[in-house]
Amino acid sequence: MKRIALLGMPNCGKSSLFNRVTGASARIGNWPGITVDLMRARILLGAHMVEVVDLPGIYDLNGYTEDEQVVRDFLGSQPVDLLVMVINAAQAERQLRLFLQARTLGVPMVVLFNMADEARRLGISIDRDAFTEHTGITAHSISAKFGDGVPQALAQIGHLLSDTAPSTPSFDALAAADLEHALDQLAHQSIDTPVTLSARHTDRIDRAALHPLLGPALFIAAMALVFNAVFLLGAPLQEGIGGLFDWLRSAALVPLLAPLPAWASGFLIEGIYNGVSTVATFVPLIVLFFFLMALVEDSGYLSRAAFLMDAFMSRIGLDGRSFVMLVMGFGCNVPALMGTRIMRARPLRLLSMLIIPLSLCSARLQVFLFIGAAIFPAKWAPWALLSLYLFSIAAAVLTAWLFRKKFASREPFALELPPYRLPTLRHVLLRGWHEVRHFVNRASRFIIAGVALVWLLTHLPVGVDAASTASWAGQIGSWLQPLLSPIGIDAQLTLALLFGFVAKEVMIGAMAVIFGQETGALGDTLAQHMNIAQAYSFMLFTLLYTPCLSTLATLQSESRDWRFTTLAVAWPLALAWGVAWLAYTGLSALAH
Amino acid sequence: MCALSELKTGQDATVVGLRADHDFVQRLHALGVRIGRSVRIIRRGALNGPLQLRIGTTDIMLRRTEAALIDTTETAVRA
Ligand SMILES: Nc1nc2c(ncn2[C@@H]2O[C@H](COP(=O)(O)OP(=O)(O)OP(=O)(O)O)[C@@H](O)[C@H]2O)c(=O)[nH]1
Ligand SMILES: [Mg+2]
Repeated sequence: MKRIALLGMPNCGKSSLFNRVTGASARIGNWPGITVDLMRARILLGAHMVEVVDLPGIYDLNGYTEDEQVVRDFLGSQPVDLLVMVINAAQAERQLRLFLQARTLGVPMVVLFNMADEARRLGISIDRDAFTEHTGITAHSISAKFGDGVPQALAQIGHLLSDTAPSTPSFDALAAADLEHALDQLAHQSIDTPVTLSARHTDRIDRAALHPLLGPALFIAAMALVFNAVFLLGAPLQEGIGGLFDWLRSAALVPLLAPLPAWASGFLIEGIYNGVSTVATFVPLIVLFFFLMALVEDSGYLSRAAFLMDAFMSRIGLDGRSFVMLVMGFGCNVPALMGTRIMRARPLRLLSMLIIPLSLCSARLQVFLFIGAAIFPAKWAPWALLSLYLFSIAAAVLTAWLFRKKFASREPFALELPPYRLPTLRHVLLRGWHEVRHFVNRASRFIIAGVALVWLLTHLPVGVDAASTASWAGQIGSWLQPLLSPIGIDAQLTLALLFGFVAKEVMIGAMAVIFGQETGALGDTLAQHMNIAQAYSFMLFTLLYTPCLSTLATLQSESRDWRFTTLAVAWPLALAWGVAWLAYTGLSALAH
Repeated sequence: MCALSELKTGQDATVVGLRADHDFVQRLHALGVRIGRSVRIIRRGALNGPLQLRIGTTDIMLRRTEAALIDTTETAVRA
């Protein structure tokens, strides 16, 4: 098998090309540093089976950040047949610097000038013949996003692969490479840039988006809009699907399983089916949410958020990039944690990783939508949700401020502000599809096992009333009551919290099992079970208390420090209890 | 000669010196901030926030403390 690797600076379109060529769904975003780990896929290219490797973007082969280290480790350890160097044609005058470094590695190479569409619009043209004449390396002009030129480039790569042998790059000549002079020369020979660039629509958007007052106002308005949209569109969608699942259950599942003994059909229907289907009703909503996230991530707005927030973030020991990771964490905390690899200073990275788990991820969003819709009057529910997002950010800010001395750092950084881009429909749909697969994956790993276990705990020892104080679940609940009753959480809900540690989605499934309800009726049961003070306290506690299992594993694998991981679990737990207690006592007093 | 951080917004200037540490200079080079290149401040962030710089077709943000380590000379105003 042959191996090719996509090498290039951050945000030049490697993952876009990778997805287009292999059909994979690597994450794409208009932010330098979306890919921070290797991704591989196999394709048939001409007569060869080829492994394509998508690498994190790097600025420098002598790089010093963790994501650049990933690339160096890969190049240093795995032989490649061909390096595919991807260059943003619109910024070739600087990105060719990496090409000059890569050329010293002694591995066969082909250069793809990507974003041909943007370069053309700017009036920049690249003389590929002159480039090949001076470097001896073939070059192609492509647009990974729209597909132009990609088939021709692939054909050429297949052709080149016929007479290559795998070789391991050598870093010996790298240090001595003449970059500055050679770069000027090569740029002069092969790039034609107009003297004055035409005004770009990006500049016009930035005038509003980066305005000192208008900018932050737009940010908050956009956030409120997104969450209201999710609520207004998502809640009825979720209810409709819940109805469908209930119908399926009474029309097909119950008659079908009738011959089974009562405990078995109880386990299958009230345990597995109710639990999993309740969680599954949220899938369309999550897809919708990730459509919106894809829009935000691919627009280029994240870098602007970093610009707006940097001054504030620097006062709490962080920088604009940490804020972007918090926003990314709204999707899922795990990629946001990994995204901190672009930071060089370890204390800065750790402090960012300490606050990211406080970011209200899409799994927690499901829990809050569910409880919010069940307990709060429809008018208030979206605002209750928005308030939780604000609490999430406030908790992150407070945490960073408290620990800023312990993780003090001063990292000089420069961040690209890429032009605004519109995602293609294909990309947005792919992202949604990716989330569905992600859900099925989690469902098969955690959710089924989780709800099965909850059912067992609520029904054992044999003969007890389901979820009563005599059941194991009840016993665990009463045992933890001294801790949880001050914040208004009763014994029955305790078990849901315990399972929320595995994955927050499991909480909804667990509640369905604990209350022995089908999807449609669960909301009403919940409303009888909790008042507003209890519900809000429960939501705040859920928001902050502990990161889920995947997040915890990522915290440990990224920090490689048990003491840090322990802190990242213990502190949010303490914070959660304190905040929930304040909210519960406060709201209860108000109600009297 | 003046530090980049002192440059007027919208004024074109040429980079003549980089006084940052080695690693950061490498990063600046990769972003196009090199001696002899032309640079301009597009805007300054509020509350002593970062600067938005334009070098060729690349826009970057840089804090004022880092910009203070870049020496520039003003380029003659274009006709
Ligand atoms: N206009 C245009 N945009 C493109 C093209 N290729 C990629 N993009 C956009 O450029 C941005 C970055 O794309 P990615 O594929 O994530 O870039 P990457 O090189 O993998 O970035 P890192 O993983 O951060 O190193 C996204 O917004 C893409 O939609 C192209 O040919 N034309
Ligand atoms: Mg990528």
